[in-house]
Amino acid sequence: MKLRMPNPLRATLALLAFALCLRPVLAADAAPSLDQRVAALEAYVTNGDPGKALTGVPGPGHNAWMMTSAALVLFMTLPGLALFYGGLVRRKNVLSVLGQCLGIAGLVTILWWAVGYSLVFGRSFSGGTLGRFLGGTEYFFLRGVTSAPNTDYAFWVSQNVFAMYQLMFAIITPALIIGAIAERMKFSAILLFMTLWMLVVYFPLAHMIWGATGLMNGVWNPDAAVAAIDFAGGTVVHMSSGWSALILCLVLGPRVGFGKEKMAPHSMVLCMVGTGMLWVGWYGFNAGSAVAADGIAANAFTTTTIATAVAAFTWGMIEKVLRGQPSILGFCSGAVAGLVVITPATGFVDTTGAVIIGICAAVVPYVSVNKLKAWLGYDDALDTFGVHAVGGTLGAFLTGLLATGAVNGNLTSGAALKNGLGRLVTEGGLWHEQLKAIGVTLLLSVIATFVLALIVKAVIGLRPSPEVELQGLDLAEHGEEGYILD
Amino acid sequence: MKLIVAIIKPFRLEEVKEALGQVGIQGMTVTEVKGFGRQKGHTEIYRGSEYTVDFLPKVKIEVAVPDEITAKVVASIVQAAKTGKIGDGKVFVLPVEDAVRIRTDERGDASL
Repeated sequence: MKLRMPNPLRATLALLAFALCLRPVLAADAAPSLDQRVAALEAYVTNGDPGKALTGVPGPGHNAWMMTSAALVLFMTLPGLALFYGGLVRRKNVLSVLGQCLGIAGLVTILWWAVGYSLVFGRSFSGGTLGRFLGGTEYFFLRGVTSAPNTDYAFWVSQNVFAMYQLMFAIITPALIIGAIAERMKFSAILLFMTLWMLVVYFPLAHMIWGATGLMNGVWNPDAAVAAIDFAGGTVVHMSSGWSALILCLVLGPRVGFGKEKMAPHSMVLCMVGTGMLWVGWYGFNAGSAVAADGIAANAFTTTTIATAVAAFTWGMIEKVLRGQPSILGFCSGAVAGLVVITPATGFVDTTGAVIIGICAAVVPYVSVNKLKAWLGYDDALDTFGVHAVGGTLGAFLTGLLATGAVNGNLTSGAALKNGLGRLVTEGGLWHEQLKAIGVTLLLSVIATFVLALIVKAVIGLRPSPEVELQGLDLAEHGEEGYILD
Repeated sequence: MKLIVAIIKPFRLEEVKEALGQVGIQGMTVTEVKGFGRQKGHTEIYRGSEYTVDFLPKVKIEVAVPDEITAKVVASIVQAAKTGKIGDGKVFVLPVEDAVRIRTDERGDASL
């Protein structure tokens, strides 16, 4: 038999065809091209999708900023809020405030690890109705939460860092409620109530606004039924805690001696120290909510500064005009109010918007704190409702009026083009969606708190005995004195 | 022997102490107290909650003296503590039955 030599031209073509067929297989294992690698590095700088070249790798700058931000937000609770509230109560109750902050920090961390993070930021419930209100179960016990980014929320931030960052929000929200019920609620009742409240109010609300499949996540969920926006938590954190605080303090009733006894702050010094810590920490709260060290974070950093300073000064000046003297408590309250009101708007408004927000943040909460409480007679001990509920609601609404795509392109691109948000931002009418989000938040907080408060009251009771309350919670509940002066 | 009790404004304490030294008084007892007479207190306002503080800080000086110099001591206290403004305070003179120096057991005027 004679072997036929293959035609050289046909052989070459056959080899070429074979090689071309292999190319896709080879490409999958092949290193990314130089172009892809450069594009991935550029994506690191611009906070974009790295594509195939750098998947699963966090970006050092973004990650560093988020770790710092998480620490800053924890600092807001321990010891920022602890001192802010601690200084405002009477000396015999100062440790009870510190203890409540510490207890809540530990309790919420355990809840977050076990189920919280997953219920807020998971996806496994998506496709069903439940998915609009809760995330999923896939991250229970932080399974699968590693140093690789979860691209639902960030291309360049480790998911574990993101989870820890969000944990700090979950911690401070219930801690804010403490202000309204200070000096008259049992430690055990607080822990039980907060456990239930996180499950029923916070986790669903945080998912609805910030979860990838959330009902009211206008910026990131193309299927959001309510195209609302909330950059750092005007609804999730301040409205929820503030309105819940009101209901809880009404169910609890006023402190013994309210209206008759002197209940002045025992240390305005501690209160101011706490205020400073809250302000500085809030940079992590607001600018960190960009989940990147980018231009949006830079804008949030700026608007936070301006709104807060304007609000603090304005509140002081209002007092000077109406009362003759600006008080330290006035400056501190103004600063906190400014921080609260700018929270939902911070990454969505420009500096002019920040000034407007700052002025409104002083004027409206000033009235709710100084006049409303006196008119209606409820004992919101440290003005959680007056500042956080009123401020958060005001901020959420003003965000609808002042948001602009000029400082945040996400408002007019991506998911925002599918769920109507982009059109509302450019043509107006966003405030309508904001009102819907405000309504949902308010109803959920109020109804759930009322029911949960009654449950806790029935199971273990809410208030200590009048003797304990008069002696002061520190000794009775914690066996310690805040100051031993002799 | 007499016990002289004087309630004065706290910032006059140094002057009174010096004046007493000049009339020969070597020792005294001083307490920080609160009180009011015709001088009114002040009002503090915390976020719309008003508190009227009636009591003002004062200093109480107690010094035991022999009868002979009582009038001189009272006069020097009054002169040193006076500012002419409301709230200057008062001086009381009480009789003393006996006095003892603990270290030496001396009694009466010798113990002062």
